[in-house]
Amino acid sequence: MLSRTADNLYWIARNMERAETAARLLEVGARISLLPSAQGYRNDWDSLLRASGNANGYVAKYGAPMQSKIESYLFFDRDNPNSVASCIVNARENARIVRTALTTQVWDALNTAFQELRQIEAQTGYRELSRLTDWVMRHTAMVRGAIDATLLRNDGYNVLNIGYYLERGDSTARLMDVKYYVLLPRADYVGSGLDNDQWMMLLRAMSANRAFHWAYGGEITSGKIAHFLILNPQCPRSLITCVAGMNNHLIRLAKHYGRETEAQPAAAKLLTDLENQSTDQIFEEGLHEFLTRFIGETATLGAIIHNSYLSGDMQ
Amino acid sequence: MTPYFNEMFQNNAVRPPYAGLEGWSADMPADIRLAKQAEAEALFRRIGITFAVYGEGGDPDRLIPFDMFPRVFTANEWAKLERGIKQRARALNSFLVDVYGRGEIVRAGLIPAKLVYQNDAYEKSVCGFIPPKGVYSHIVGIDIVRTGPSDFYVLEDNCRTPSGVSYMLESREMMMRMFPDLFRENRIEPIDSYPDKLRRTLASVAPAKCDREPTVVILTPGHFNSAYYEHSFLADLMGVELVEGQDLFVDGAFVYMRTTEGPKRVDVIYRRLDDDYIDPLCFRPDSMLGVAGLMDVYRSGGVSICSAPGAGVADDKAVYTYVPEMIRFYLGEEPILKNVPTWKCGDASDLKYVSENLADLVVKEVHGSGGYGMLVGPKSTKQQVEDFRALIMADPNNYIAQPTLALSTTPTFVEEGIAPRHVDLRPYCLVGERIELVPGGLTRVALREGSLVVNSSQGGGVKDTWVLAE
Repeated sequence: MLSRTADNLYWIARNMERAETAARLLEVGARISLLPSAQGYRNDWDSLLRASGNANGYVAKYGAPMQSKIESYLFFDRDNPNSVASCIVNARENARIVRTALTTQVWDALNTAFQELRQIEAQTGYRELSRLTDWVMRHTAMVRGAIDATLLRNDGYNVLNIGYYLERGDSTARLMDVKYYVLLPRADYVGSGLDNDQWMMLLRAMSANRAFHWAYGGEITSGKIAHFLILNPQCPRSLITCVAGMNNHLIRLAKHYGRETEAQPAAAKLLTDLENQSTDQIFEEGLHEFLTRFIGETATLGAIIHNSYLSGDMQ
Repeated sequence: MTPYFNEMFQNNAVRPPYAGLEGWSADMPADIRLAKQAEAEALFRRIGITFAVYGEGGDPDRLIPFDMFPRVFTANEWAKLERGIKQRARALNSFLVDVYGRGEIVRAGLIPAKLVYQNDAYEKSVCGFIPPKGVYSHIVGIDIVRTGPSDFYVLEDNCRTPSGVSYMLESREMMMRMFPDLFRENRIEPIDSYPDKLRRTLASVAPAKCDREPTVVILTPGHFNSAYYEHSFLADLMGVELVEGQDLFVDGAFVYMRTTEGPKRVDVIYRRLDDDYIDPLCFRPDSMLGVAGLMDVYRSGGVSICSAPGAGVADDKAVYTYVPEMIRFYLGEEPILKNVPTWKCGDASDLKYVSENLADLVVKEVHGSGGYGMLVGPKSTKQQVEDFRALIMADPNNYIAQPTLALSTTPTFVEEGIAPRHVDLRPYCLVGERIELVPGGLTRVALREGSLVVNSSQGGGVKDTWVLAE
């Protein structure tokens, strides 16, 4: 497969996953704005902006956080490279470049999302946010489904999955990092109403609030939540699930090509490190410090994958 | 009465090839027709067949209008066209081998040396090099118009990289999907072997140094190109990689592509970009689309390029006038398809005639394409004619003129129902070890009433083209 083809497949996955993250953030934001809060809604919208990774871009363009502007910034704004619209447009452009590496169904799912997006953009007047976020979830799921149902299990499939897992792991870590202080095990907050709301919001951001209860039951504690989102391989968005996914698809890629690159040992090491962690150790290191380290290590792995498969410079 | 040849109706009777369509079109209620039309458009958009028009701005994802009313040829009509097309493709390739070799046709005084050797499209850097199998132009698109029951004229030859074949194939897919009954009731020759034939043709001209199954690629200028859909469509159907210049590099005597497994050697490049852009070391140094050093590898027989660099000299509109001579000279045959009478504005007496009759003529740039930079005298205002006259006088060598041909019409779905619209035909002739042609081609239709310009960039649409089995 051409390196450029691999690179575009990888970015189809990352862009679609990123669009979904933006939509999740918006949904959470909308939810919070309906809750009474001692701090007012401003603070929470602000943290959502930071989680989206583009707070600076927003501030430069609009100044103070305002719900309607943040909504449009995270959903429609093409100046925001991480907005839903930017991600879908980019994913479709990546797909257009590598049409030959996709099935009709995958192309169709991506192109339909793009065509509908253009219709939504052309509509004027009030657009209900929950409808928009539902729309994103539906289309990202359709693309994912088309990939799983119709694509050959070849190198391209592995590259797509590596992109999905990398982006998802990064997204989970960033979402947690924005709210890491909520999870700090401080006795005076535990059990207070505010805390519970914030925790629920974090879980909701990952569509995991019900799953969490199924998996753990009983009282919500910071330890359980950290374990669920970082170390539990059952959670589809936990860091360990994402790293294991990357590791798995990198191993398959190495088998397919009959040779290993630097990427395989790097992913394996990241996975082993996580497997040997406990929540106690993480809290001892400091949750924020741990997440910062994880985000850095994932970025390094991303760079190694780029050099090993996507850049076209290897011999 | 219309002076144009209507391919379906003659003297109030339906011509035989269209017999199977009379009831079909008459019985189709307007609402069904509109629904089908909308369905076709939605399908085309979903597949992603869109088309960017140069210099017009607007929607970059514009669709080429698709007309559901097929255009039909009988087996007999087609047999004649096929012979004529293959004959022409053979002669054009013989001409190219000749003018990059001994130049016999020039020495024989049949074509002016200046027209060949000082032509912008003449590629001095490949003089004396004979490409594998002696083929320069591997896909020859020949634009044909019809003016009567057995009158066919060649309007122009496209020896470089004729586009539009994806529309030929997709139009057929669309028709089979929407009107399967038509295909059960009429015996229509299939065309879906085209991609396989194209791949075989390309593989058959692999360089002698290639000692294994040849690796064929399509080289595209990139996804911003208006024909990008076609490039990816053909790559997909042939099962070959679609590469950009940045994916290829030269190392020693060969060309390689950058893959996830490291470099992989490439043997045949079907390039969809002009000579000027394929190698910045040999041609335009500012080209970002090509591959540095490609021409050296080509000339030393390390890779084949289709069409071969320099092929453009054969489809120049001034050289066009000599194609009948080529057929006689190289093949010793009489041309089966006629040329349109053509006046070369570079010739003093021709220029005088053109100038006196400008309002009745069609004038084209010698190197123009896509319906740009042309004058259709009878359809233009006085002012437009005079403006164009100034252009011709400033650079007469750059123009040729032809009579305004009475292009045939076929029934076409228009807003008010069904009406005759002018059409042309572009079949795609494949030249490799063998010369092959699928029974069909791209029919382009001028959708504006009375218009004779069928180019998609000028408001033209496409139709499915049927050749009936005997």
